[in-house]
Amino acid sequence: MAAKTKKKKQVEIFALGNEAVVEGALLAGCDFYAGYPITPSTEIAEEMARRLPHLEEGVFIQMEDEIAGLGAVIGASLAGRKAMTATSGPGFSLMQEHIGYASITETPLVLVNVMRAGPSTGMPTSPAQGDVQQARWGTHGDHPIIVLSAGDVQECLEMTVTAFNFAEKYRTPVILLLDEITAHTREKITVPDPDDLYVCSRLLPSMPPEWYMPFEDNMRGVSPMPPLGSGYRYHVTGLTHDDHGYPTSKPKEVESFISRLFRKIDQFFYDIQIVDEIQCEDAETCIIAYGCVGRAAEMAVQMAREQGEKVGLLKLKTLFPFPRPIVEKMLRQCSFVLVPEMNMGQISREVKRVNNGQSKVGTINRIDGQTITPGEILKKILKG
Amino acid sequence: MSKDMRLNRFEIRLSGLGGQGILTLGKIMGQALALDHGYFVTQTQSYGPEARGGASRSDLVISSSTISYPKTVSLDLLVALSQEACNKFFTNLKSGGALVVDTSMVAQTPTNIFLGLPFTEMARKVGLVQTTNIVTLGALTHFLPYMRAASVRKSLKSILPSKIIDINIKAFNAGFSAAKKEYPDAPEKWTFS
Repeated sequence: MAAKTKKKKQVEIFALGNEAVVEGALLAGCDFYAGYPITPSTEIAEEMARRLPHLEEGVFIQMEDEIAGLGAVIGASLAGRKAMTATSGPGFSLMQEHIGYASITETPLVLVNVMRAGPSTGMPTSPAQGDVQQARWGTHGDHPIIVLSAGDVQECLEMTVTAFNFAEKYRTPVILLLDEITAHTREKITVPDPDDLYVCSRLLPSMPPEWYMPFEDNMRGVSPMPPLGSGYRYHVTGLTHDDHGYPTSKPKEVESFISRLFRKIDQFFYDIQIVDEIQCEDAETCIIAYGCVGRAAEMAVQMAREQGEKVGLLKLKTLFPFPRPIVEKMLRQCSFVLVPEMNMGQISREVKRVNNGQSKVGTINRIDGQTITPGEILKKILKG
Repeated sequence: MSKDMRLNRFEIRLSGLGGQGILTLGKIMGQALALDHGYFVTQTQSYGPEARGGASRSDLVISSSTISYPKTVSLDLLVALSQEACNKFFTNLKSGGALVVDTSMVAQTPTNIFLGLPFTEMARKVGLVQTTNIVTLGALTHFLPYMRAASVRKSLKSILPSKIIDINIKAFNAGFSAAKKEYPDAPEKWTFS
């Protein structure tokens, strides 16, 4: 998304990962933020509180807690706003119920979770990557969800824009996972010219209000979504509903509804699954990493290449739906695949799931609130 | 003091106590180096849950090429504004690296080769003890041959609120001239990798 050619309106700033998220959100058209500040995501709320009131329609609300925060975001989104919230581990746990509600009511929203060491209050100022599977399966019931991650400050901006685009395009909550290191690293970034940026907004109905069916199936599986209060009246409920939005428990209607929820994500895997391949073409050993660990891995690849080892790096930017095709390709190509992460193995279990004995999968797991260093990764690669 | 000096991962750790302004110091330095000098800079931070008094540190990696790993590996420069920080991080300093200490806070240094100035005392003399970090910044601007005073002042003005800018510029100048007087040849002693 970063502009590659010379543009007039792009500016360089020295910003925190959290501040880059705000830049990205505003570029994507976000005009509503509600939440409850929590370390290490506080700067997102602070910066939003500074910036949003200056927008014509901008609204910032500090709610009484995280549950209400996400509740307000869902309401704003149903009323036509591009809305987001940000939190960290403890707040993310509180938000789980509303993620399910957003999922079943197909409400577009972006939730940034800056991961810190847990469980519970844990270590508020230490990094970890322990919420990966919670982001996927945290809310109850079988549901599809999009989970993205970012590893450096420029990526924070880009992935926030992508998160809004996916949310609007597929009418789904999108979770952006950052970690304390990424969120609290300052770097020089380029804020692109808004005119060069691809920004997607939800489809509005083209039929008159009396013909409108809020949850009708179509080719994409995503129905148009009018803002509440614009004359289109429909019923929003957390109960399983039919095409009109009214509760139903007829097996046929339930089956087609839930399978549509999955299909609208599944059939666009190719669009959603974003990865960075670094020196993968001739790699015999592959590192699969995401977030801040991806940057340590990048340096490890550089160090290993200097020693003549053919090492590549697959940086995952989309965590769920799991980018299976590309991971499978690397598993076929390489004799050893290493998954370093700052938890007890939440993405490595996905890699092992798709491995089917094609390659040897190794892990580095660090849970002491310290980052995985390039040296650690290099050592593990050389030992094989 | 060439303005386009090539750097390959020059690593700095600014360390001390919460409340001393370590993170602000890192932000101002980083912004000056990234936006004005055009280096690639990553500034990371680590601090305790306390508002004041806990350990606080800010790490900078400065390079002429893109930086993959944002944290420090082995330090070229350690700035210690507390005894605890000095003891804790001295071992991370690589051989030939420089140690800068606040002699009003650090009574015992682990080596006799260091650059020391009483930053906290100097800030008090300037009139506001909270400017300790900016006094330190002034001294560092002298010690680091690739950092220009003009761009640091510019960065200072853009980050700090306007009502406290005058006293901070004063603090910056105090640190800069004291370092120049005390260690006139410090900028030439670096061995860059």
